Amino acid sequence: MTAMLSLERLSVSFAGEAGPSIVVDDVSLTLEKGEIFGLVGESGSGKSTIANAVMGLLPASATTSGRIQLNGRETTGLDENDLRNLRGREMSMVFQDATTSLDPTWSVGEQIAETLRAHQSLSRGAARARTMSLMHEVGIPNAAQRYRDPPHRFSGGQRQRIVIAAAIANEPKLLIADEPTTALDVTIQAQILELINGLRHQHGTSVLLITHDLGVVSETCDRVAVMHRGRILETGPTRDVFGNPSHPYTRALMAANPAWSRRGSRLPVVPREWSIEEVRHD
Amino acid sequence: MSALGFIVRRIGAAILSLFAMSILVFLIIRLVPGDPVRTMLGFRATDENVARLQHELGLDQPMLSQYMSWIAGLFRGDLGQDIVSHAPLSELLLQRLPVTLELAGLSMTLAVLFGVPLGVLAASGGPWSKRLTEGFVVLGISIPDFWLGIMLVLVFSGILVVLPPTGYVPFAQSPLENLRYMALPVLTLAIGEAAYVLRTTRGAVINVMGRPFVTFLRAKGISPRRILFGHALRNAGPSIVTVVGIQVGVLLGGAIIVETLFALPGVGRLVVTGINQRNYPVVQVGVLAIATIFIVVSLITDLIVGWLDPRVADGMMQ
Amino acid sequence: MTGMATLSGVNDRARRQIIGGGAVLGTLILVAVFAPVLAPYDPESMSVREVMGAPSLAHPFGSDVLGRDVLSRVMYGLRSSLAVAISAIVSSFIVAVPIGVLAGYFGAWVDSVISRMLDMILVFPAMLLAITLIAILGPGASVAAIAIAVIYLPILARVTRASTLVVVRQDYISGSRARGASHLRVLWTHVLPNSLGPVVVQASVLSAFAMQLEAGLSFLGLGVQPPNPSLGSMLADGRDVLNQAPWIEIFPGLTIMVAVLAFSFLGEGLRRALDPKGVAE
Repeated sequence: MTAMLSLERLSVSFAGEAGPSIVVDDVSLTLEKGEIFGLVGESGSGKSTIANAVMGLLPASATTSGRIQLNGRETTGLDENDLRNLRGREMSMVFQDATTSLDPTWSVGEQIAETLRAHQSLSRGAARARTMSLMHEVGIPNAAQRYRDPPHRFSGGQRQRIVIAAAIANEPKLLIADEPTTALDVTIQAQILELINGLRHQHGTSVLLITHDLGVVSETCDRVAVMHRGRILETGPTRDVFGNPSHPYTRALMAANPAWSRRGSRLPVVPREWSIEEVRHD
Repeated sequence: MSALGFIVRRIGAAILSLFAMSILVFLIIRLVPGDPVRTMLGFRATDENVARLQHELGLDQPMLSQYMSWIAGLFRGDLGQDIVSHAPLSELLLQRLPVTLELAGLSMTLAVLFGVPLGVLAASGGPWSKRLTEGFVVLGISIPDFWLGIMLVLVFSGILVVLPPTGYVPFAQSPLENLRYMALPVLTLAIGEAAYVLRTTRGAVINVMGRPFVTFLRAKGISPRRILFGHALRNAGPSIVTVVGIQVGVLLGGAIIVETLFALPGVGRLVVTGINQRNYPVVQVGVLAIATIFIVVSLITDLIVGWLDPRVADGMMQ
Repeated sequence: MTGMATLSGVNDRARRQIIGGGAVLGTLILVAVFAPVLAPYDPESMSVREVMGAPSLAHPFGSDVLGRDVLSRVMYGLRSSLAVAISAIVSSFIVAVPIGVLAGYFGAWVDSVISRMLDMILVFPAMLLAITLIAILGPGASVAAIAIAVIYLPILARVTRASTLVVVRQDYISGSRARGASHLRVLWTHVLPNSLGPVVVQASVLSAFAMQLEAGLSFLGLGVQPPNPSLGSMLADGRDVLNQAPWIEIFPGLTIMVAVLAFSFLGEGLRRALDPKGVAE
């Protein structure tokens, strides 16, 4: 079976004033169909750059090498038009801050309907009806009344639900979620993760979940990769990686995560450099 | 904060502005150093004439009752009399107002029709279009509008001889001739305004294009054209409309000069002649009319901003 | 600390704008100041034989309807136009800064009262307000300067207020107060010097508009009065003979434009240098 997403020796560097800086360094990973795959690491570890590379949203200053395959199809050489046809239909993405992800001047319903009509030839009315069922599906009550409301009249959690509804409107097979719960309260976080998990069960959506929160990963992901400074240090089934972390960085990360470390004793010092030998729990 | 509340609050503010403005306009005659009536009458200032005019203008009454009866007159449409021709000022204003409104309206329309698309182009186009629009902005903002008008006359009436240099034909009399006479004055005002509108549009669109929701729109596969015109321009709308509202004030000021330059019988020219003749009632009426237009336009643009950006109407932003 | 930045620490574009704008402006000011020495002719001496003479070696800018030398008149005109514009902005600055600092420093009702009063001025379009003040006080160069000063008062006061608000939040202000310094001392030694940067920038930008406004008022015959030449009134004088003697119109207008450009480049460069994030909008 072809993988939903496979990265082969992907490297991304950005041109800077002091020469190019390598942000993603020789990363390979595969995401199977219907799987939720966690990509964890501190900020600056390159995980969001991977997401943008997959989506084809890297800025012009970025140089990419390696291969990205979406559902068996090479996307690395595609032009902007072909990529745009894939975005929102085959693959979609939600971002950390739902407040800034939505256009403040458009009603939430219009924003979801716009995504539908960008990829499917639907009448206005049909798009509207489909939008309302999507809003209902992600848990927005009174979708019909709230269709015309602008984003600021919704709570943070509801806004993230609307963002998800817009992202999955065309039933993409891959959803990349970049820190989708970081800006939310703990109780709302759990609901949003439940919603993402439900998408996988109902539609078979594969999810690449990017987060710095190990708790989120352990609750949601089937497999996980730990990133540091552009490289994957350890990868494997979530239970194995966290149950028996092989790489010292993973252990340090786990210990440094207060929600994770039950011992509650002093935090270990995380050194800046780690051995770059990748550990695989295959 | 409801949308209705927002509308009521803005209208309230506009009424307050009108009130403040009316007091200042009312005070124009009273603040003239020395005896305004003697100044107005000049060599005709016999004691008898002075007393008569003082009475006509109500200057022999206490200040508050003067103001009250002046305001009451305004509401009845009685604006007083021209002290030189003795014509009712309301008639004078009705003749003059359409000229100024046409001049300002056409100029701003033209400025928006050119400024907004060029601003979007400057924000999204290549380095070539950026440099060209930048040059237009710098020149448009620094050329004094009346000098630009003079140069336009030199080119279009002096050298090419295609448009009349000065004069006016009412629209009702001959729409085509009216437009021929209005062309140069309108162009004079529109070029400078277009530069401001362009600069604002460019800045606002660049700002919006850098916001995270644009990345999300791209991630959903929305086309660049739609992102630019449907979202970026829509979000830039409130800034553009606000600047257009402010620039209407500049435009009305410019109209005073341009009307004089092109001998257009508008309100601005009325005020300038009024000042030169010390015809204070005429000055008052002209200032009142122009300031009222400005306040009403500001109100309308504020309401449009509220409509374009629902956060403003909901009281979340200033 | 938002004091004057040295030119070395400033980006290239800002430096070019400051040096370019400053050099042109400096030249114009020198020409204006030394007009009596530099002008080849008496600006008011008429000559029948020179009426509407085209530009020549003897009269590089030509001569006007009364046979007066346009170059000399442009020099003197620049002198009065710059004098009106600069004195207007300087007086506006002198009045606006204390008002804005008080509003920003004390806040509360002081701020409300000051802000409301400044709002009253903004009810009028700028040009209309200038003309109204001239209607009351009578035409003339000094009245034009006062009118321009009044128009820009609210803008300068608002910028001062905004930059004072930023300064007042700094720790050293509350520190000085805690050490027992009086309001006046804190205002004078800390708040005022640190708030001035954006106001100077704004004043420089507004000088460009003041030049245009002065020219407009003089064009209407409401500013500088004859026989003194001003760039605006020269344009009014040559209006009727535009086609026969366009040089009477071209050179004063170009001079206004160069001055306006110099002021705005200088202002824009200073803004970039002092305030890269753009508080002084």
